Amino acid sequence: MEKFTVHKGLVVPLDRANVDTDAIIPKQYLKSVKKSGFGPTLFDDWRYKKAGEPGMDHSLRDINPDFVLNQAQYQGASILIARENFGCGSSREHAVWALTDYGIKTVIAPSYADIFFNNSFKNGLLPVILSEAVVDKLFSEIDNGYELIIDLEQQKVITPTGEAFSFEVDSFRKHCLLNGLDDIGLTLQYADDIRAYEEKCKQETPWLMA
Amino acid sequence: MAIRTLYDKLWDAHVVREEEDGTALLYIDRHLVHEVTSPQAFEGLRLAGRGLWRSDSILAVPDHNVPTTKQHRGNGTAKIDDPVAKIQIETLNQNCEDFEIEEFLMDDIRQGIVHVIGPEQGATLPGMTVVCGDSHTSTHGAFGALAHGIGTSEVEHVMATQCLIQKKMKNMLVSVDGKVGAGITAKDIVLAIIGKIGTAGGTGYAIEFAGEAIADLSMEGRMTVCNMAIEAGARAGMIAVDQTTIDYIKDRPFAPTGEYWDKAVEAWADLVSDEGANFDQVIHLDASQIEPQVTWGTSPEMVLPITSVVPNPDDETDAVKRNSIQAALDYMGLQAGEPIDAIEVDKIFIGSCTNSRIEDIREAAVVVKGHTVADNVKLAMVVPGSGLVKQQAEKEGLDQIFIEAGFEWREPGCSMCLAMNADRLQSGERCASTSNRNFEGRQGQGGRTHLVSPAMAAAAAIKGHFTDIRAFS
Ligand code: SF4
Repeated sequence: MEKFTVHKGLVVPLDRANVDTDAIIPKQYLKSVKKSGFGPTLFDDWRYKKAGEPGMDHSLRDINPDFVLNQAQYQGASILIARENFGCGSSREHAVWALTDYGIKTVIAPSYADIFFNNSFKNGLLPVILSEAVVDKLFSEIDNGYELIIDLEQQKVITPTGEAFSFEVDSFRKHCLLNGLDDIGLTLQYADDIRAYEEKCKQETPWLMA
Repeated sequence: MAIRTLYDKLWDAHVVREEEDGTALLYIDRHLVHEVTSPQAFEGLRLAGRGLWRSDSILAVPDHNVPTTKQHRGNGTAKIDDPVAKIQIETLNQNCEDFEIEEFLMDDIRQGIVHVIGPEQGATLPGMTVVCGDSHTSTHGAFGALAHGIGTSEVEHVMATQCLIQKKMKNMLVSVDGKVGAGITAKDIVLAIIGKIGTAGGTGYAIEFAGEAIADLSMEGRMTVCNMAIEAGARAGMIAVDQTTIDYIKDRPFAPTGEYWDKAVEAWADLVSDEGANFDQVIHLDASQIEPQVTWGTSPEMVLPITSVVPNPDDETDAVKRNSIQAALDYMGLQAGEPIDAIEVDKIFIGSCTNSRIEDIREAAVVVKGHTVADNVKLAMVVPGSGLVKQQAEKEGLDQIFIEAGFEWREPGCSMCLAMNADRLQSGERCASTSNRNFEGRQGQGGRTHLVSPAMAAAAAIKGHFTDIRAFS
C-alpha cells in the first residue's frame, strides 16, 4: 500500500448524504475479475446518462454534464467531500477500489458507514471525519481550484487561507497509513517469525514443507 | 502437556505469533485455489508488487464454471460458450503460469472439484492447515486437518504471507453413538446432525465429529460429513486420524514417501482429542435412530426422515419460525401434511463436493442397475467429482449402468450444485440433489432443491418421487 503522509489536492464537492456503495459502484461491475479499472464507472448512474455494462468503452458514453465529477473545474480532483453516512449499503470493497482507481485519496464527511470506513483503510484511502459545521463551511468555500492540504501526521485539514481543522484517527490505523502498511504489509513485518516457524517445521514435520 | 482437543492441537501447532487479545498469525500449509475467488487476490499482489510466499503450497484447479458436457470440453477453454466463465478460467490459467503455481487444467484427467481433488491427490494431509476461497473447505477436516473457507482478501493474504489472521474458535464435539441401520449413509448422518443443531448451531465453533458411527465411515463418508459442517454454521469440521485415514493416504501422488512417510504416520497418531479433553459443547446422536433424510425447505436444517410428512406451520408456536416454514413451503410448492415420499421430482443431480466420489457413484449405481428413469423425470445426471473418479467409474462399467437407465453421464465439475454453468433448474422445477445447499435459487432461479444421499437420489430417479431406500426394490 502507498504511504499517506501529507496530501495536497483539488476538492470535488458531492453535496449528498447517505451516498451508498451501490451508487459508488453499481452491481453489474462486480462480475469483474479485477480489482482495478473501476475508476471510469465510479458513480456510474450519476455520471452517465444511461446505465453502463462491464466491458463497454466508457469514454464513448453520454455523460451527465450536471454531475460534479463531469464539470471542468473539478477534473483531477483527489479529495471528495460529502455529507453524512457516506458509503452505506452493501459491503462491496469495490466501492473503495473505484474511488482509489479514480484517483481519490481522501474523503471528507461528517460520518461514514462502518464497513466502508474499514475497507478504506485497508486500501490506503483516508476517510476524514469533520463536524457538520466544518463540512458546511468547506462546502461554502469551494470555488475554482479550491485545494486542501490533508496532513495525517498532524491530523489537520488546512484550507487555502491557512485555517486548520483537526480530525481524529485511530492511532493504529494512522500508523498503518503513514507507513503504507496494509494487513499484508503488517503481517510481513513479522516475516522473520514466519521464517523461524518454517525452520522449526522443516525439523519437526518436514513432509509438510517438501 | 495439557489435555487438549484435536482442534487445540492443530491450532497450537500452527500459531506463528499471538497478540494479547488472542489474535494470532496462523501458518497455512495447503492453499487450494479455483477460478472464482482468486482473480482479485492475484491482481492485488500485482498492484502491490508482491510475490507468493510459498508457491509450492498452492494447488489450483478450475471447477465452478467449467462446462460438464462433452461437446464443450477438450482443447482447453476453446469450446466454452459462456464468455464470463471463459475469462475466469483463462485468468486462472494465466495467473498460475505467471506465478508458477501447479494447476490441473481443464483437460487434465486430475481436474475436478477442488475439494475432491485435494484428498484424491494426497494434497490434503493430517495435521495440515488447509484453506481455500470456498466455504466447503471444511471437507478436508475429515483427515484430522484444520480446514476452512476464506474470503478473497484473505486469499491474497495467504498468498503473500502464508498466514491468516485468526482468532481461535470454540470446541464442539458431535458424537454419533452406536451403529447406523442398513441403507443409512454419511449424508443421512450429517443431515440428521444439522436437523438437530440447526444451521447456526455450530457458529463460532470448530466441530469434531466422533462416535462409533463416524469411526465406521470410510474416508469418503467422513468427507461428506465434514463437507457440511459449514451448513451447521461451523467454519471447520474435523475427524480424528485412525488407520482408515492412513490407509487412504498411502501412495497418493502428493503423500510423503519413504522415511518421511514413517515419521508422518508416527506423528499423526497424536491427531486425536486427548481422553478427558474439554469441549465447550457436546452433542450426542443415537445412530440407530437415523433414517434416510430429505430436506423439504430452503435451508439444510429443514430436513426430515423419508417416513415423515411435510410440517404444518400452524403447529409451530414461535411466530418467526412459523413464518419461515410458511415461506419455505410457498417457495417449495409443498402442502403441509403431504407425505415426503409422495413428492414428485423433475430432475436428479448426483454430484458436488458432498457426494461425487467413487463410493457415492457406486452407491447410486447399485440402486439404478436394471431400472429406468421414471417418465416424469426430465433430466437425471451424474457429474463425477474428478476426471479420475470418472475414469474409475467407467472402468467398473458404472457409466453404462447410468446411461442404460436414462441418466446423463457428464464431465467433472461443480455443475448444478451452484448453477454457475449451463446446468441449472428452471423456475418451479424440483430436484433431488446430492449437493449441500437448498437455498432459494441455489440451483437456478425459482428452482426447488431437496438434499438427499446418492442412493436416495437414484431411487427418486427410478420412482419419479422420493422413496424409502430401505424398502426399494
Ligand atoms: S461442488 Fe458446490 S459446494 Fe462444492 S465447491 Fe463446487 S460449488 Fe461449492
